Amino acid sequence: MILEVLIIIFCACLICALRAALGPTAPDRVVAIDALVVLMISALVLLGVYYRAPIYLDVALVYAFLAFLGTLAIAKYLEGRGIET
Amino acid sequence: MIEIIAYILLGIGAFCAIVGSIGIVRFPDVYNRIHANTVVVVGGAIVMLLGASVLEGLSSYTLKILIIAFFIFLTNPVSAHAIARAAHKSGVKLWRRSVVDKLEEEKP
Repeated sequence: MILEVLIIIFCACLICALRAALGPTAPDRVVAIDALVVLMISALVLLGVYYRAPIYLDVALVYAFLAFLGTLAIAKYLEGRGIET
Repeated sequence: MIEIIAYILLGIGAFCAIVGSIGIVRFPDVYNRIHANTVVVVGGAIVMLLGASVLEGLSSYTLKILIIAFFIFLTNPVSAHAIARAAHKSGVKLWRRSVVDKLEEEKP
């Protein structure tokens, strides 16, 4: 069951990556990559449960924190650029 | 019984993940895509994490998985709000059939 769910998550990641490649503006890409990161976190947790390896869960926690900081940094950058121009 | 509940939760999460991804591709502008992003996060990822923790039973894995789920649940609205505000301030246009823009009216 876990492997089928992982395959579905992989298909969803491919669809999100399509929007991240196509997106006409920068916030489109940021939104798509945010969804892709969250899907990858759930895939890491499911892999950790499947292989009985707790190191995947630590990687997922740190990855969630860094993705949140990255999204906030990109948002701050876009906001500043809008004020300048 | 526990495994059946866990598999139902995993199925709901996978369904919401694929539906939200299709929404991210199909919706017309940034603000609607943020809506679909919320479907992926709250309906997909957090329900899948809850299903994984139910499947795991009571162990040290469960606490870590619940911490990750709570962290994602806290930080997703913050990042969605920041991205929407940044997109509006950097001049991304709304979809042509959107009806109201309160933030534009607030500008002096």
